[in-house]
Amino acid sequence: MNPLELAGARPGPSFTVTFDGRPVEALPGQTVAAVLWAAGVTSWRSTRGEGRPRGVFCGIGVCFDCLVTVNGRPNQRACLVPVRPGDVIGTQDGTGHGETGTQDGTGHEEARHAD
Amino acid sequence: MRTDLAVIGAGPAGLAAALAASARGVRVTLVDAATRPGGQFYRQPAEALAASRPEALHHGWRTWERLRDGLAVSAVRVLTEHHVWCVERTPDGFTVNALLGPEQEEPVQLHARAVLLATGGYERVLPFPGWTLPGVVTAGGAQAMLKGGLVVPGRRALVAGTGPLLLPVATGLAAAGVEVAALVESTGPRRLARHAPALAGKLPEGAGHAAGLLRHRIPVLTRHTVVRAHGDDRLTGVTVAALGTDGHVRPGTERHLPCDTLAAGHGMLPHTDLAESLGCRLDGLAVAVDTEQRTDVPGVWAAGEATGIGGAALSLAEGHIAGCSAAAHLHGTAPGPAPAALKARTALQRSAAALDSAYVLPAHWPEQITDDTVVCRCEEVTAGAVREALDLGAGDERTVKLFTRAGMGWCQGRMCGTAIAGLAGCAPTPAKRPFARPVPLGVLARHHPKEGPS
Repeated sequence: MNPLELAGARPGPSFTVTFDGRPVEALPGQTVAAVLWAAGVTSWRSTRGEGRPRGVFCGIGVCFDCLVTVNGRPNQRACLVPVRPGDVIGTQDGTGHGETGTQDGTGHEEARHAD
Repeated sequence: MRTDLAVIGAGPAGLAAALAASARGVRVTLVDAATRPGGQFYRQPAEALAASRPEALHHGWRTWERLRDGLAVSAVRVLTEHHVWCVERTPDGFTVNALLGPEQEEPVQLHARAVLLATGGYERVLPFPGWTLPGVVTAGGAQAMLKGGLVVPGRRALVAGTGPLLLPVATGLAAAGVEVAALVESTGPRRLARHAPALAGKLPEGAGHAAGLLRHRIPVLTRHTVVRAHGDDRLTGVTVAALGTDGHVRPGTERHLPCDTLAAGHGMLPHTDLAESLGCRLDGLAVAVDTEQRTDVPGVWAAGEATGIGGAALSLAEGHIAGCSAAAHLHGTAPGPAPAALKARTALQRSAAALDSAYVLPAHWPEQITDDTVVCRCEEVTAGAVREALDLGAGDERTVKLFTRAGMGWCQGRMCGTAIAGLAGCAPTPAKRPFARPVPLGVLARHHPKEGPS
């Protein structure tokens, strides 16, 4: 039995998001982390120092290990952020403020106020 | 926004408190970070997943139904997706500062005459070599992802560490189709048996979990510990070993168990940041309260795991007592909580204390952390670097942090605090974080526009 069967889930139609450019099926209501787990993906960040892979650890928004870039916005906690149709999810390299982080103008307040 | 009583946290304690105060005529606002009430214990699948049998993932579902239905007919205003980062004292009460989720960039304030902190807890995980590999998750994290997202991280799991949470996590994963290779508990069976009389309050629940372990044929390895998690970019297996009576790993008992998931946990820690920034006194790592669940700051109550880890049933009793007391304070009447709640609190506090002394951390756990193990996951500080700082004279968590940055990252030491203290050979101390979560600088800049240097 899988978890959806166990809980008798009858979600609405699935939709597609992308992860690092490839299409991934998502169910309405799931978080980014849940969608990636369901697709067999367990890491979506490489650390700033050693470039090591990370994914979900605490699962409740406390540890910040599951940081991910969603629609160009880095440092989103995958375990908290709900997925939406068409989301562009990408592995976050380091701080996420490199190429993908600030180009689209959604960069963080932290970055804008740092200087 | 104005309210009489702001209850922070909509888990068992917060729900019980809000319902008790509201039933006594108090205008209550219940604030929570999640998309719906329930907290971690009653975490449920997102509404859009349309789960018809959410109770299959839960214990004590009837209690939840009672709380949910009570909330629906109550006058309690519920604010979901409000991430509270600080509660301030004001001349006429308190200001609750929150960020609206999930982006957490838009600030919102709630003004209240009194505050009730039901902020819950989070899991403690002791580091071991390989604990940063994808596939290693906290036991509570595996459960949260299952309850909330109806997903599991892999096909073959090990559940390991110590504490009562490991039982429902193991049976929950098994029920959801994961092959649970073993439940690895560092506490020995005789030690647990010795505390059995005091655990009587927990026995029905424990018996249910034991039946679940049998039904799913989950092998239980007591007095065993995880020595190392293996894998390059993903977990491929775990080495476990038996612990001797002296708490050391018994040489020659190591065995390798292939798995793609390790759900690890070593008990819980209270969330006390909001209480600390309000100036509430702590007792050890938990918020200190009196018999009415009052903190030492007038107008501030606390209940549930924030005041000491004790489980959902204790949280419900404490929340009820706190809600009654807050209502009485606001109306100038006598508290009058339900006698059953007072009786339950006494009994459950006894069980909690017994559990706490039954499930102890392995005696020499810091020795198991190899020098190349990353201890601070955020700043990637190894145990070797921490030991070097200790050799240089750092004697406590704070000095280690100043030397190495351990505890300075995103999680602000929540994941590594226990380990740093353990390596330093001192008792963990409260972290004194001014904010309970990251706040954009722009929000702070706009927060007090008329103050600061000009």
